[in-house]
Amino acid sequence: MDFATIIQILDSAVRLMTPLLLACLAGLYSERSGVFDIGLEGKMLMAAFTAASVAYVTGSAWLGLMAGIAGSLALSLIHGLASITFRGNQLISGVAINFLASGLTVLLGQKIFGLGGRTPALEGNARFGEITLPFADALRDVPVIGPIYAELISGHTILVYLAFAMVPLTWWVLNRTRFGLRLRAVGENPASVDTAGVSVTRLRYAAIAICGILCGIAGAYLATALSAGFVKEMTAGRGFIALAALIFAKWRPWSALGATFLFGLLEAIANRYPNLDLGIITIPSMFMNALPYILTVIILAGFVGRAIPPRAGGEPYVKER
Amino acid sequence: MEKMPKWADVILTPLISLLLAAAISALVILAIGESPWLALKTMIEGSLGSSYGWGFTLYYTTNFIFTGLAVMVAYHASLFNIGGEGQAAMGGLGVALVLLYLPLPHWLIALPVAMIGAAAFGAAWAFIPAWLQAKRGSHIVITTIMFNFIAAAALNYVLVNVLRPVGSMDPASARFPESTHLPSLSDMALAFGMEWGKNTPVNVTFFVAIGACLLVWLLIWRTRLGYEIRAFGKSEPGALYAGISPVRITIIAMLISGGLAGLMAINNVMGEAERLVLNAVEGAGFIGIAVALMGRNHPLGVFLAALLFGFLYQGGGELALWTSIPRELIVVIQALVILFTGALDNMVRMPLERLFLSMRKRGGA
Repeated sequence: MDFATIIQILDSAVRLMTPLLLACLAGLYSERSGVFDIGLEGKMLMAAFTAASVAYVTGSAWLGLMAGIAGSLALSLIHGLASITFRGNQLISGVAINFLASGLTVLLGQKIFGLGGRTPALEGNARFGEITLPFADALRDVPVIGPIYAELISGHTILVYLAFAMVPLTWWVLNRTRFGLRLRAVGENPASVDTAGVSVTRLRYAAIAICGILCGIAGAYLATALSAGFVKEMTAGRGFIALAALIFAKWRPWSALGATFLFGLLEAIANRYPNLDLGIITIPSMFMNALPYILTVIILAGFVGRAIPPRAGGEPYVKER
Repeated sequence: MEKMPKWADVILTPLISLLLAAAISALVILAIGESPWLALKTMIEGSLGSSYGWGFTLYYTTNFIFTGLAVMVAYHASLFNIGGEGQAAMGGLGVALVLLYLPLPHWLIALPVAMIGAAAFGAAWAFIPAWLQAKRGSHIVITTIMFNFIAAAALNYVLVNVLRPVGSMDPASARFPESTHLPSLSDMALAFGMEWGKNTPVNVTFFVAIGACLLVWLLIWRTRLGYEIRAFGKSEPGALYAGISPVRITIIAMLISGGLAGLMAINNVMGEAERLVLNAVEGAGFIGIAVALMGRNHPLGVFLAALLFGFLYQGGGELALWTSIPRELIVVIQALVILFTGALDNMVRMPLERLFLSMRKRGGA
């Protein structure tokens, strides 16, 4: 394997990890506030559909992004209504949201475009274009650093850079702001936050709104940047891989970057080498595809470092009277 | 004091949830420019209007009874088993291995052996998440989701690289021997001289499913183990104090749950396809969640809810055939049923409780 191939695989990994990273950070906000969210998949799917539809109709990827966020937020609101206001089971609500998105996207897509649930292919400004960073072309011929800068770092869509910028931002919000402190507290011990006179309900709604926005960006990225249009079930389990990455990262932003990069890399390698020949054994692509899930189970089992979820996660908060 | 009479809790709340789900579904159909009334008529005619329709409805019902019971048993131990999909897929592998590699001269012998294979593989697939939950505290919802994906990948590998007959391009196993063919209900009706449900997949497994409902009812409410499962589900510290081992109950409940999900394979793999194909479960594992919630975690409720979803499934297929409504409408209905009976249960329940309280006050005064 030569240097150029490695750069290509890494470049592909960066593209593939972006939706995972955004969805993983989305789940991070929600789960750190004590609201489990297994509906990341559904929210991304809904966002991908609304983003692609609006981008096709208006011809603007940015309006598509707005629509993606709106579509994802609507599902977040249902999740909030079920799990915060009516204190229902957060896991069941997440399952329902996944099915709702899976059914509605095809139903509406068929109605609007009549293509069996697909949207027409997006062209031109309806997609996010690749940004060439300054001096990328000038530096291309410099050995080692040149290709890394020109191929790997430059030449992605704005959403990729946004996703990477979200990592330090999330770290800062969680660990250096009042909102972040309260968010973490409400996920560990909501009663203490309530005693301090801060509304648990409002904080948790804020958290799932942020979760909805980030899932919306992730879905819009899938449909208007990574591919050109919406296809039925196009998230293909990415929401669950993001969930796995979140556990892998032990609910921390910088680790989320590492975990989603690892999973993106696995996908990139599986795409490039369907049957990876390691000399002694040949690894089938199915194994590479299942590896994120297997790794997560191993991490969850606590054999390699223990993943402890936020203490109040999954529990609706009932104020004592 | 009970806030509402038991009948209201058991019948009224699921019924109202169902009506809400139906109303919103009707709105969705209106929104895509179709007539809900016509859709309902098409669905009823297609699934219940003929013995052909019934044959498919009952076939789907059989699948959903097994996966619904699987979710239900785990739920009584307050474990949420989302892994029915993977466990049923693995049950299919168990059935295929038994039928392909063991000489079984007659279906009466093949059926129990295949049942053991299906249940053993399903239970084995549920065992690891159960053990991890019981011993290592890993959340069973997450691990069972992960195991669904791992099962799909494993099955894909086995079908492409191991079970696929030489020269075949299709990722599917060879056909099962003719001697293991399960009699379909139409064969049985014909034996009594009746023409019923020709060319439909419903088979003798339907009766196995009804038997499973009875056995699960006996298990949960009439045995010591069932009592322990329910006690553990209500309160873990309470169960511990009563000398019930959480590890033992978690693992046993999940083994039974996985076994029931696996048993579905004798219907779809052995009874219908008669070979193992890719993605044979087709989401039935997830429908089990809706069925268990709708059926209020009681075998009779599960049976009725499975019948309802069997109707929806077959009716949805007919909709796609005769109208321009895609069959994904069923997925939306399924989502709404899960949402209203599961997650938004309190939204339905709270006003009802208030209503009953005020009625009681007026009655008492």
